[in-house]
Amino acid sequence: MAAQRVLMMGNDAIGEGAIRAGCDAYFGYPITPQNELTAYMAEHMPKHGRVFIQAESELAAINMVFGAAVAGKRAMTSSSSPGISLKQEGLSYLAGCELPAVVVNVQRGGPGLGNIGPGQADYFQATKGGGHGDYRLVVLAPDSVQEMHDLTVLAFELADRYRNPAMVLTDGRLGQMMEPLVLRDEPPPRPPPKPWALTGAAGRAPQRVCSLLLEDGALERHNEKIQQKLAVIEREEIRFEERATDDCDILLVAYGTSARIAKGAVAAAREEGLRLGLFRPITLWPFPREPLGAMGRRTGVVLVIEMSAGQMLEDVRLAVGDGPEVHFIGRTGGGVPDVKNVLDVARRVSKRGGRADHAARTRGAGL
Amino acid sequence: MLSRKPKALADEPTHYCPGCGHGIVHKLIAEAVDRLGIRERTVGIAPVGCAVLAYNYLRVDMTEAAHGRVPAVATGIKRVQPDAIVFGYQGDGDLAAIGMAETIHAANRGENITIFFVNNSVYGMTGGQMAPTTLEGQLTATCPSGRNPLEDGAPIGVCEMLNTLRRPWYIERVALDSPAGVRRCRRAIHDALRAQMDGKGYSLVEILSPCPVYLHLSPVDALRFVREKMAAQFPPGVFRRDGHPVGPAHGKRSGGAMES
Ligand SMILES: Cc1ncc(C[n+]2csc(CCOP(=O)(O)OP(=O)(O)O)c2C)c(N)n1
Ligand code: SF4
Repeated sequence: MAAQRVLMMGNDAIGEGAIRAGCDAYFGYPITPQNELTAYMAEHMPKHGRVFIQAESELAAINMVFGAAVAGKRAMTSSSSPGISLKQEGLSYLAGCELPAVVVNVQRGGPGLGNIGPGQADYFQATKGGGHGDYRLVVLAPDSVQEMHDLTVLAFELADRYRNPAMVLTDGRLGQMMEPLVLRDEPPPRPPPKPWALTGAAGRAPQRVCSLLLEDGALERHNEKIQQKLAVIEREEIRFEERATDDCDILLVAYGTSARIAKGAVAAAREEGLRLGLFRPITLWPFPREPLGAMGRRTGVVLVIEMSAGQMLEDVRLAVGDGPEVHFIGRTGGGVPDVKNVLDVARRVSKRGGRADHAARTRGAGL
Repeated sequence: MLSRKPKALADEPTHYCPGCGHGIVHKLIAEAVDRLGIRERTVGIAPVGCAVLAYNYLRVDMTEAAHGRVPAVATGIKRVQPDAIVFGYQGDGDLAAIGMAETIHAANRGENITIFFVNNSVYGMTGGQMAPTTLEGQLTATCPSGRNPLEDGAPIGVCEMLNTLRRPWYIERVALDSPAGVRRCRRAIHDALRAQMDGKGYSLVEILSPCPVYLHLSPVDALRFVREKMAAQFPPGVFRRDGHPVGPAHGKRSGGAMES
């Protein structure tokens, strides 16, 4: 198949991925550091005969996504942390109505207005539900411009396959980064049939899509159905990358921009004979708990790196259990850990024995 | 007057209180859908409010919207399938409080959608609280000594406000206060949907409607309240036709609110 190699910014790569995935409608609202994506869609969607609207707010944008999705079309919105908070209501309704849609969060520093530096502090919000009620988003975490593109395409596929909203969770550094990207000439996407879509009741009985279920037990049955679906996603859709894990003494765990730093640290450490490996979750939900658990227990020493005060850290601890030491490097407020940071902590913990949980003591290393 | 059952109306008895306006509005919408022959391409959006179960009664494709978000959902549906006829149904809390931003911006974009706005001057579903359209001095659960504009704000005229925008195509206010008012409402609903079918853009019909329960009035007195009190504050009439502001075509008075 023909392929084209281009230099692209991460935010644009998401836009290009969405267009290639057959995104019919995009609704956005300006916020840094994802503005390039909205501008990309403004320029390119109309050229492909697709819908672009700059909404009056993130609330409106996610509800326009709801409308396009309920009509059976592929729809996307994007924002950065403060705007994603506003989308939580809509995400809950999308999940409750079992509507497929894609939401991109190019995370920045928080809480509050925070700053426009990169962040990973929306992990809890993204992976634990975020809005009200029992639901999960499929959460995909790219660590390269190539993956910004590819995982956006995948997000549309998974959203449609499971009738569930999916999120691409990235950050301002990846969004702004220029990198080569291979665009393959693939056959156009073929979304699954959507017999539930509201297209007007031509030749069939009228139908409805709603999350309001008032009959005795109906909402609980609906929730059980959603939980069963989520269990299938947890079984089928786990994705992760391992690097140099065969012989490692310390297992780094990181995603997104932190994983790029970790990759640099793995390479640099090997030169000085320090054997680091990396486990990089690509799906943050479903979280690759079992493979990570097995690897963490085998390695015995785990070092989690995040641009947060320790959010994925909780899932890593759950995954590896009480056996292994778990250390943590966390930067917040737009700060990004660097390779030296990681190597310093790695050297320190590699010399030390003991099984205690040293996260609290080592946290300061990165702050 | 409301005898034959339209095809677009379900057989189901509604859950509305005796004397409530919602059931009448549903029936008028169903009649218009039938008459215009658009039942098989109509998509409706139910609000959060007493009419949240509108999809039980209207036999067209329907969905829900989060409280106040009807115009945004309608925008999404319409933009991806321009041939569908998309209407939203909203109460005064839904449209003019929590959903005001979505309302103004959908109107201002001239979205080719139709909004049926049932103004009953209170929040029905949550138990009779103050609405943006509650009249001065009117008692509600959250303004127990009467709405005081100095603290609670003054009633918002939605048609008047939307009429300041350039893009809406058709805006009319009617009152379900009499057989003549119901007839006007029937015609207005028809005209609004017709405008959408012709691709003209945003249309809104505000319907002054009785909520006897939270007006704490008998159904008959609630109708009188609509006719005498509500219509004085919110004068019925065509505000906008063919994209242009017009003077009052009918109604009790011209309050200077409408351009002519
Ligand atoms: C986000 C959110 N806030 C509040 C509510 C509670 N609520 C349900 S209906 C309603 C007001 C309904 O009043 P109105 O729109 O005037 O419609 P009516 O019931 O009078 O027809 C409110 C506040 C909700 N469901 N969701
Ligand atoms: S509370 Fe009021 S608006 Fe709601 S159903 Fe009863 S009469 Fe109608």
